[in-house]
Amino acid sequence: MEQLIASLADGLLLGFVYGLAAMGLTLIFGVMDVINLAHGPIIALGMFAMFFLSGAIGVGLNPYLALVIIAILGLLFGFCIYFVAVHRVLNAPHLSSLLATFSVNMMIIGVGTAVFTTTPRNMDFSIGSISLGPVTLLGTRLVAALIAVLVAALLYLFLYRTQPGKAIRAVSNNRSAAELMGIPSTQTLALSFGIGSMLASIAGGLIATFFSFTILSGGVYELKSFVIVVLGGLGNPTGALLGGLILGGLEGIVPVFMPVSWVPVIEFVLFVIILMVRPKGLMGGGR
Amino acid sequence: MSSSKPAPADKALNRGGFNLEAIKLGGWKYPAFWLALGLVLIGGFVPVITGTNTWRETMFLILMAVSLASSLNIILGYTGYVSFGHIVFFGLGGYVGFYLIAVHGWSLWLAAPVGGLAAGILALLLGKAILHLRGAYFALATIGINEAVRTFVNNFDLFGGPVGLELNFLVYKDYGGPAAMQWSTYWAVFGLTLIIVVLSYGIKFSRFGLGLLAIREDEEAAMVMGVRTPSAKTWAYVLSAIVPGMLGVIFFFRNSSIAPPEAFRLHRSIEFIVMVMLGGQGTVLGPLVGATTYEALRSFLLTSPLFKDLQLAFAGLLLLLIVLFVPTGIVGWLRSRFRSLWRILE
Repeated sequence: MEQLIASLADGLLLGFVYGLAAMGLTLIFGVMDVINLAHGPIIALGMFAMFFLSGAIGVGLNPYLALVIIAILGLLFGFCIYFVAVHRVLNAPHLSSLLATFSVNMMIIGVGTAVFTTTPRNMDFSIGSISLGPVTLLGTRLVAALIAVLVAALLYLFLYRTQPGKAIRAVSNNRSAAELMGIPSTQTLALSFGIGSMLASIAGGLIATFFSFTILSGGVYELKSFVIVVLGGLGNPTGALLGGLILGGLEGIVPVFMPVSWVPVIEFVLFVIILMVRPKGLMGGGR
Repeated sequence: MSSSKPAPADKALNRGGFNLEAIKLGGWKYPAFWLALGLVLIGGFVPVITGTNTWRETMFLILMAVSLASSLNIILGYTGYVSFGHIVFFGLGGYVGFYLIAVHGWSLWLAAPVGGLAAGILALLLGKAILHLRGAYFALATIGINEAVRTFVNNFDLFGGPVGLELNFLVYKDYGGPAAMQWSTYWAVFGLTLIIVVLSYGIKFSRFGLGLLAIREDEEAAMVMGVRTPSAKTWAYVLSAIVPGMLGVIFFFRNSSIAPPEAFRLHRSIEFIVMVMLGGQGTVLGPLVGATTYEALRSFLLTSPLFKDLQLAFAGLLLLLIVLFVPTGIVGWLRSRFRSLWRILE
């Protein structure tokens, strides 16, 4: 029982970070109906940015300070992807935008493999741990979860309290109506893609503080994000955070009862079943 | 499979501007059919003429790519459903066949059809479950299924778990030794390629195929016009799964080992989409042209020292350029550019 609680707590902490990554994916889908298949490599780039900014051979910045730089880089990178690959295919059939973002995925992975190789890296970073009764929480994971919640809260404030945020929600609701109201839709779409990419890279940076990674690691978290996004409803950022907690919880509970290699099987089966039965997600409509 | 419809459907088709004549003739008289078949035949016999093993291996890969891309084209190009995880049929069929050969001592010639059957059954079951999803949801579901099957096989002791299964080289004795085996599997893939090309052509000009094209253009309208969309989609999915299943058995038999990462590699799956897009989705010739071009390009990039590491990035760039600037692919572009080629390029 104690083992269960400890494992569950650990899983939930990770769940916040997974949820943060998934929020990026779901925001982009909600606003422009595009599934960003370059999501995983962006997460991986976030990890590498963290590695080079504050890793052993890096600039030596404090990881949590580096996160701010990673966020800005992620935002700019998102703008680039939007204008190069996504903007032209927004009104084309789904296949086009899927393939366009996937081509970005292939380019990042291709160049990344050539430059960084696929040797696992890790950060060797520790800030101690906290014990609460039977539960010991690693400091890095606790802080990562707190940062994830903070970023999610900031995103919420941005979407509901600021002018550009409101524009994003308006475009997501009805693009042509928003354009008629004088909202510059291209800038707004680019901004939301940028934010989506920013969230993914922040999540990548946070994950890098406690797991080892390669350029290919993003793929795992991309698939997790898919599962989470479907759990929470495509296009629903709040749902994504909840979905992240469900997935994190599962990852905490399942290994107590069966070999850890069964975790992904359960995740993907759950994913397919939810898509089949309730494609709008457990939380309902979304948007 | 092909359902006979009452007269109103005919009228509807006429109004839609379809060339009914081509359907009645089955299209056999048209040069496009002989062009596609001729290309495969010429390509297939190249290794015999040159007589070298290098050519045989190159053509083996190209023919396999052609038949996988053509299979995918039935659901992707004709029906308009983006199957991102199509490799699951290749992998699962391969695993079932390989298991029968390696563990139960079956003959390849018996195991391959069973592998195809297994893939077909999976498609039939999946079709009922996920083909009601549209657009991005369907694409996501196919990715999910591929990952679910991959991670499951990883844990499935009967199939060797994460290590996979291996074949004893002595098995090849029954096929006249490894050298003869490589030729006979080559002919098998050649035969399958011919079958899938003829099948692609036959489907495109059948009533069934027209139903699929109608679904691609507008599923609701197709339904109103009397196309039984659920069953048509499901059969298209099944047809597109069987050949990949059989190819999986042949490929991994030749390879003498099978493991989850090779069998269910998502990137490979998307390469087939690139091939179909490059050649021209929804055309018979498209997958043929696309797969050949892509494989030739890939082997060039793999052997050139400059691009070896950047092969994937280069393929990505190619894909992006196609999607952005030539969404109809090579064949589609030629067709729209030169109207006189319409009867030849199909």
